[in-house]
Amino acid sequence: MSGAGNREAVFATRQSLGIMKAKLKGAEVGHSLLKRKSEALTKRFREITRRIDEAKRKMGRVMQIAAFSLAEVAYATGGAGNMNYEITQAVRSARFRLRTRQENVSGVLLPAFESYTTEGLGDFAMTGLGRGGQQVQKAREVYEKAVETLVELASLQTAFVILDDVIKVVNRRVNAIEHVIIPRTANTISYINSELDELDREEFYRLKKVQGKKQEESAALELEEKNRKTAMPEVRDVTVPHNAEEDDEKDLIF
Amino acid sequence: MEGLFFNVDSGYIEGIVRGYRNSLLTSQNYNNLTQCETLDDLKLQLAPSYGDVLNNVPSPLKTSTIATLATSKLHSEFLYLRSVATGTLRTFMDYLQHGYMIDNVALLITGTLHELDTSKLISRCHPLGLFEGLSVLCVATNVDELYNTILVETPLKTYFKGLTNKDLDELNIEIIRNTLYKNYLEHFAEFCRTAEGIAGSPCQEIMEQILNFEADRRAINITLNSFGTELSKDERKKLYPAMGKLYPVGTYQLGNAESNEAAIAGASTVSEYADFFKQATMMGQQKSLEDLFYKKEMEIMKEVFTQQFTYAVVYAWLKLKEQEIRNITWIAECIAQNQKDRIGNYISIF
Repeated sequence: MSGAGNREAVFATRQSLGIMKAKLKGAEVGHSLLKRKSEALTKRFREITRRIDEAKRKMGRVMQIAAFSLAEVAYATGGAGNMNYEITQAVRSARFRLRTRQENVSGVLLPAFESYTTEGLGDFAMTGLGRGGQQVQKAREVYEKAVETLVELASLQTAFVILDDVIKVVNRRVNAIEHVIIPRTANTISYINSELDELDREEFYRLKKVQGKKQEESAALELEEKNRKTAMPEVRDVTVPHNAEEDDEKDLIF
Repeated sequence: MEGLFFNVDSGYIEGIVRGYRNSLLTSQNYNNLTQCETLDDLKLQLAPSYGDVLNNVPSPLKTSTIATLATSKLHSEFLYLRSVATGTLRTFMDYLQHGYMIDNVALLITGTLHELDTSKLISRCHPLGLFEGLSVLCVATNVDELYNTILVETPLKTYFKGLTNKDLDELNIEIIRNTLYKNYLEHFAEFCRTAEGIAGSPCQEIMEQILNFEADRRAINITLNSFGTELSKDERKKLYPAMGKLYPVGTYQLGNAESNEAAIAGASTVSEYADFFKQATMMGQQKSLEDLFYKKEMEIMKEVFTQQFTYAVVYAWLKLKEQEIRNITWIAECIAQNQKDRIGNYISIF
C-alpha cells in the first residue's frame, strides 16, 4: 500500500479514529448506493442504445419510402415542382405537434418527446383536387410516419446524451470512492490504530519500567532493613525483651 | 374532302409533329433507361433525344434538373410549331396553352396570398402557360379584381363565367382553378365543334373523344379527392364539366356520392371506367387509378396518329411528350433513390 503518504492529516487519537470509522462506513454505504445507481442507469442506457439502433434502421426505411412517395406525387401531378410549392404555401398551422414530458430514471430527468396530430385533414386537403390528390394525401401520411420516427429518435438521442453524461459522472464518483476515499480512510484508520498501539506499547513499557523501578527500590529498602537488623542484634537483644521461646530458638540456630 | 387543302396550311406542321413523334422513347429505350445504375448513365442513354439540353449540365445531376430541361425542350419545340402555325391551327394551339395558364394563375394567386416575391413564382410556372400580365396578378385580392384588372385582357377571360365574387383563399383558389378548367374544357369542345377546318372532320371526332375522356377523368378525380374536405356537394357539382360520357347521369351520381363506393358506382355507369376501378382494386398498390387513367389517355393519344389531316396530332404529341417527361423523371427518381423494384411503373406507349 501507499503507506504513510496516502492518509488524511489527523492526529492519532481515539476521537479521530471514531470519526474515521464513521467516515469509512459512510463511504461504503455511498459506494454501494452509487454503484446501484450506475447499474440502473447503465441498464437503461443499454436499452436506449438498442432502441436507437432500431429507430435509426426504421428511420432509414421510412425516410426512403417517404422520399419515394414524393416522387409518386410528382409523377401523378405532372412532374412539376409546383405541388411542393403550393403545399408549402398552403400550410398555415402545424398539424403535427410535439409534447414534452420528463421521465425520471434513478434521479435523472430525461426529456421525452411525444407527437400528436391535430384533428381534421389539415391545411392542404384540397391540393391536387383535379389530379393527384390521393397521392398527395398518401405522401402526407407517409411523411407523418417519417416525422414520428424522427421524433422518437430525437427523444432517444437526447436521453442517450444526457444518460451518457450522468453515467460518466456517477462512475467517476463510484471509482473515486472505491479507489481513493475508501483506501485512504482505511489507511488512516490503520495508521491511527498502529499509532495508538505504539502509544499503548510505550505506556505499557513505561509502566513496566516504573514497576521495575519500584520493585528495585523496594528490594533495596528491604536489603537495607535487613542489613540494619543484622548489624545490631545485641543491642536489640539487650534492649528488647523477647519471649522465651523465640529467644530459645534463635539461640539454637546461631 | 377535308384532306384536300389541309396540307396547304398545316401540312408542314403535321409533318414535323410526326417527326417529333418518331423521336419519342420506345419500350426498348425505356428498358435501357431502367438498367442504368446512376443518373449519369441515364444522361448517356437519353443523349439521342435530350442530348442537346442535357449535355452541358455539370455532373451531379438532379432529377429536377432533368425534368426542367426536358420541359424546356418541349416548350421550345412547341413554340416553334406555334410560330409556323396559321389560322385555325393557331387558335387550336392557343387552346392547348390555356390549360397551363390556368395552373399558373392558380399558382400565382396562392403565392400572392402569402405575399411572396412574384419573380420567384414566375420561374416556377409552367413555361407553356406563361402570358403577358401574369406577373401583375399579385395585386388582386378578390375574384372581381382578378378578372377586371388583369384577366380581362387575357384569353382566360371567357372561362370566368359562373365565378361569383368571393375573397381569395385556399379553398376558393382550388374552386377557381377547377371552375376555370371546367369552362376551359367546355369551350375547347365547343371550339372543336364549330371551328372552320375542324367541324365535321375526323379531327372533331378525335378531339371529342379526348376531351370527353379528360372531362370524365376530372369529374372522377374531383369526386374521389374531395371526400373529407370542406368542399360541399353543391360546390362539387359545379366543378364537373357538362360533357363527357359520364354526363349527365354519371356526373349526377358522382355529385351525390358520399363515399368511395358510391363514387365508383357512379363512375361505373360507363363500362370502361368500371373496368378501371376493377383493375385498380385488383392491382392494389402497384397501379393506382391515376396510373390507369394515364395509360388510357396515352392509348387514345397513340391512336390519334393513325388519322391523317387532323390538328389533334399536335395535342397528342404534346401529351405523349409530357408523359415521356414524367416517365423519365420517374425512372430518374427510382435510380436516384435506389428503389428499383418500382422502376417499371412508367407508361410506355411505343
